[in-house]
Amino acid sequence: MSTTIEFTIDGKNIQARPGQTILEAAQQAGVYIPRLCYMKGLTPFGGCRVCTVLVNGRPQAACTQPVAPGMVVENNSPTLQRYRRNLIDMLFVEGNHFCMFCEKSGNCELQALAYRFGITAPKYPYMFPQRDVDATHPDIFIDRNRCVLCGRCVRASRDVDGKHVFDFVGRGPHKKVAVNAEAGLGASNADVRDKAMEACPVGAILKKRVGYVVPIGQRLYDHKPIGAEIESGR
Amino acid sequence: MSANLEATVKEICRKYNNERTRLMDIVRDVQAQCGCVSGRAAELIARQVGVHRVEVQSTVSFYAFLSERPKGHVVIRLCNDVIDKMHGVDRVARAFEEELGISFGQTTPDGKISLEWTPCIGMCDQAPAALINDVVVTELHRSRAREIVHELRQHMDPQRLVRRLGDGNNAHPLVQSMVMNNVRLPGPIIFSPVNRGEAIRRALAMTPAEVIRAVKTARLRGRGGAGFPTGMKWEFARGAPGARRYVICNADEGEPGTFKDRVILTERADRVFAGMTIAGYAVGAEEGILYLRAEYAYLRRFLEDVLEKRRQENLLGKAICGHSGFNFDIRIQMGAGAYVCGEETALISSCEGRRGDPKTRPPFPAQKGYLDCPTVVNNVETLCCVTKILEEGPAAFSEHGSAGSTGTKLLSISGDCRSPGIYEVELGIKLSEVLRLAGAEDASAVQVGGASGQMVPPAEFGRTICFDDLATGGAIMVFGPNRDVLEVAEHFMEFFVEESCGYCTPCRVGNVLLKERLARIRAGQGEPGDLEYLEELGQTVKTMSRCGLGQTSANPVLTTLKNFRAAYESRLCQPTNGFRPAFDLRQAVRAAEAVVGRSSAHVGG
Repeated sequence: MSTTIEFTIDGKNIQARPGQTILEAAQQAGVYIPRLCYMKGLTPFGGCRVCTVLVNGRPQAACTQPVAPGMVVENNSPTLQRYRRNLIDMLFVEGNHFCMFCEKSGNCELQALAYRFGITAPKYPYMFPQRDVDATHPDIFIDRNRCVLCGRCVRASRDVDGKHVFDFVGRGPHKKVAVNAEAGLGASNADVRDKAMEACPVGAILKKRVGYVVPIGQRLYDHKPIGAEIESGR
Repeated sequence: MSANLEATVKEICRKYNNERTRLMDIVRDVQAQCGCVSGRAAELIARQVGVHRVEVQSTVSFYAFLSERPKGHVVIRLCNDVIDKMHGVDRVARAFEEELGISFGQTTPDGKISLEWTPCIGMCDQAPAALINDVVVTELHRSRAREIVHELRQHMDPQRLVRRLGDGNNAHPLVQSMVMNNVRLPGPIIFSPVNRGEAIRRALAMTPAEVIRAVKTARLRGRGGAGFPTGMKWEFARGAPGARRYVICNADEGEPGTFKDRVILTERADRVFAGMTIAGYAVGAEEGILYLRAEYAYLRRFLEDVLEKRRQENLLGKAICGHSGFNFDIRIQMGAGAYVCGEETALISSCEGRRGDPKTRPPFPAQKGYLDCPTVVNNVETLCCVTKILEEGPAAFSEHGSAGSTGTKLLSISGDCRSPGIYEVELGIKLSEVLRLAGAEDASAVQVGGASGQMVPPAEFGRTICFDDLATGGAIMVFGPNRDVLEVAEHFMEFFVEESCGYCTPCRVGNVLLKERLARIRAGQGEPGDLEYLEELGQTVKTMSRCGLGQTSANPVLTTLKNFRAAYESRLCQPTNGFRPAFDLRQAVRAAEAVVGRSSAHVGG
């Protein structure tokens, strides 16, 4: 029995292990599939849909779709790239993102994706939602204005920290991340060392008193676009 | 009060063995007894069933019929379906507001009555309609709305609002509803007389594999709209590894304009339960769940009674019909107001006591469904067909319909037609023939398949109702010459915005954007580029969404753009003098003008 699964992404032969997802196999082979809600070590979520690829012509989230022998995956097509760009655009207008004074700027995956996709300003109208800020915790604050509902904090707290500090409440456009305490994060058992506090791809969950300590020019995506580390085969 | 709440919650949780998977039942009961599921109640429930309070809140906040804040003892939920709008629900709404002295979303100051909108409650053939707690009131008009408020103020008993009883089992002592079946055209399969127990006895005389073969030979395809071959689904579930298997009947009929499952459950419940039992035998399941939408709660006692009678007749329970080794029983799982739960994996999440979020596929329910066990989810009508196939054999079934789409199909017809109601037609029937039957010859647009379906223009009325052409779960909404298809489309988009679960970006955000641009065009502020914008946006939502809701929610826009383009073009404005019509300068400076206390000279008077 073969332990290697072979398939193609944009015509390139990829070898994968059984049980891997398309995204994992691609990454191992140096192919970057744009993603946002994916985080290594967490249960795949398939919510942001940025990693959508065509598998034998059908759209599937690369982060949740397992590899299968002979599958033909389309990743870098103009149409898919356009649709992905539209999704990134949507995430910007859905919340209140002010990169110029956000302390996550330069380390933010959403911002980095926007740069990679050449977005300078969203084409969709801003929704300007009213959202809450929770600064009740001594070491952590939540700014829901920047939340993209990727669920990384929810999964990290539940599956890695074993705490379930966060969960989603409401549905549709009213959906938001809630905290497992009536009085806010400060009343929960959240700790600044939790995995969940490292999980936010944007500036929605931040540690207090460390903002801006890394100067511009030394931040994660200041010199190379997001995904470059995968494409350079490291 | 606090000790009281604690005792009540404990008792309710105990009734469901403190099981986390029964959270839907628990929170429904808490809401019924305490008026809401408060943060304190969530905390107490969480402690009883061994979860975190935020998990309870996550479930409660998902469903429209559950509330974290107190509501009135009586909740009036007026249906704002597009068909109800056509039948004057807005006038009824004003009457309710005036008489109650409150607006929608509010509760009277005495805490007695709340007023809310709700999406399609499955009564389009007798619109406008409302749910008053669990009681359905139909064919509303202004003066009836006023009377209802007066009567409620006197006795606060919604059941006493029912003055006349509906036809058939709607008048059954355990239903006592004014709902009408309106079966205009009974057909040879669903509405044929029931021979109780016959299908099960025949199935038990065969092996499970033979039962599956019979369903495959009949070429039965799922009646919910997707048309997946039923026999194949069963085979997957039967072949999947697992100690336990489940059969779920999807009676979460939420697609706007669809009401056929309501009539089947009222008149042919035995046939549905027989179908579930046969499915259980075929796939090797011992437990079945009927997932009943909250809007149909008025049928629950009646359906429980049908189940009880079947147990007494040994058509359910242990060693069914003396067949040792075949045990099967059915429980009813109530929903709580969420359209997305009609999606089979969302329905499973809901059965497990969670938010109605669709699950990641693969694995598919047939491999890992309810409680991670192999699960078959079938539509109400599909299961009726199963029973008929076993009663009379696959050949008798596939005689009806067309080659690719065997059997009959129930259509729920509503809107601008003389005879709205239920029609059992042969699959393969032309849409024009359907319109003739319903008395809708002057239709100028027909929405086939509900909000998620397609808007069909007169030039295409020659198309056929079947899985390979106009596939539909059964909703046919007719729009006459004076209706505005853009208004209808915007209405559907509003529905999808509210009913999206919010899990994935394209559906959660894209539907809001589609609705926004459609509203702008309807307001006369559209620009020529907006049509391309809508198409691109619609295709993004359709292609990138995670489940069937988002994959079809753009259809109202995409199909009207394709088939009724002139209706859009006639409303677009060309930019003049460099001003974009979408930008209302006066509106934009209004706030600034208020601050400085004078009007801007540049905007003009």
